[in-house]
Amino acid sequence: MPALDKSTSMAEAIAQIGDGARVMIGGFGVPGTPFCLIEELVRHGPKGLTIIKNDANEAGMGVDWLLSAGMVKRLITSHVGLNGNAIRMMNAGEIEVEFVAQGILAERIRIAGAGLKGFVSDIGMGTLLAEGKQRLEIDGATYLFEPAIEADFALVHAARADIGGNLVYEATARNFNPLMAMAAECTIAEAETIVPIGGIGPDAVHTPAPFVDHLVALPEQLMEVYGVVKR
Amino acid sequence: MSSSAKDRMLARAARDITPGMTVNLGIGLPTQVMNFVAADCPVCLHSENGIAGVGGLAAPGHANRNLIDAGGGYITCAPGGSFFDSAVSFALVRGGRLDLTLLGAFEVAANGDLANWIIPGKFAAGVGGAIELAQKARRVGVLTTHTDKHGNPKILERCTLPLTAVGCVHRIYTDMAVCDVRPDGLHLVEIAEGVTLAEVRDATGAPLIVAAGPMPIF
Repeated sequence: MPALDKSTSMAEAIAQIGDGARVMIGGFGVPGTPFCLIEELVRHGPKGLTIIKNDANEAGMGVDWLLSAGMVKRLITSHVGLNGNAIRMMNAGEIEVEFVAQGILAERIRIAGAGLKGFVSDIGMGTLLAEGKQRLEIDGATYLFEPAIEADFALVHAARADIGGNLVYEATARNFNPLMAMAAECTIAEAETIVPIGGIGPDAVHTPAPFVDHLVALPEQLMEVYGVVKR
Repeated sequence: MSSSAKDRMLARAARDITPGMTVNLGIGLPTQVMNFVAADCPVCLHSENGIAGVGGLAAPGHANRNLIDAGGGYITCAPGGSFFDSAVSFALVRGGRLDLTLLGAFEVAANGDLANWIIPGKFAAGVGGAIELAQKARRVGVLTTHTDKHGNPKILERCTLPLTAVGCVHRIYTDMAVCDVRPDGLHLVEIAEGVTLAEVRDATGAPLIVAAGPMPIF
């Protein structure tokens, strides 16, 4: 049985994302952030988005393009410390920000991808982050219910893909990408290299093809933002 | 803090990293402890963005754009290291596989409470991975200057800022002293070279328990 070729154009893939969509974006800092998909999303221009991403990148980079374009209503994230613009917009009430402990964010996304509705944890008990959360008693101790985070779209960055949508990530660019690829209704992956079926061995696959809906090839020469950041 | 006092503090913390440990060094000052761990010491350094086996900082001009630590610094991967996603990374943390984490602090209390992520009205950029590290590492060390830049104690009887985790800290390393959190209170266990007991007491916002006999110097 031949595999379906999932490759499409950047514009076609991103044009599906409408106003008010919930969009997960992979990456932890620069590595794994799908900058080209974000750039196309800015060009397409839907409004009132909920963005789910570990961090807000840095000012003038990645997620900040969406923030600066006024496209984001709500940001669900673990921290925004490297993006002064995001902090300013949050303090001015221009965006709503929900902070989630980093591993709880990852797990809430993973759980959505696993087809479950939530999990129970003691992380954050006795702190501000426990406030307002549903509590459960188990064996006489109190725990917090952490609901799954679902999304309409996931935008992920892969180092390599085959045309059927099997993905491979490189080094610490893996981070949230494989979790988000599983958690959204529609997953759009950009890949630095796309190979024919068979070009990635079954044991080497990080994200299996059934989780990927659309595959977009990146230009051979990546834009500068993907490179080593000089500080 | 002079650079020699800082180096002494970092080196002292590094001495508690022993062969076979899996360790997470927090962003900022704790990351620098890496430079004081002996190169031949078999230690697995974890960084929460998805690596077990941090080799060290990448040499200038040799950075891999896809290989950073959680603080955003370019690093190398040691032989035997591994990469994984963020769910696996925090499974390692919450599942109790971290023998030790060293974290920074805004405030740390004699009862082991730690505050290091939010100063209401001034600094609220999100908690990152700090809560899970503080709450779930088997041993938690805090690495901090003994006082803030205005000279106010950072070690207090009780934290005034919102907590990162409750009663999580085992040991505090500063430029002036090493203190242990024990059920009966805060014990001064070592003192920095050239610092007097009176100076440490004066710079500490909580009662210090001091054992009789000579005080070890680091």
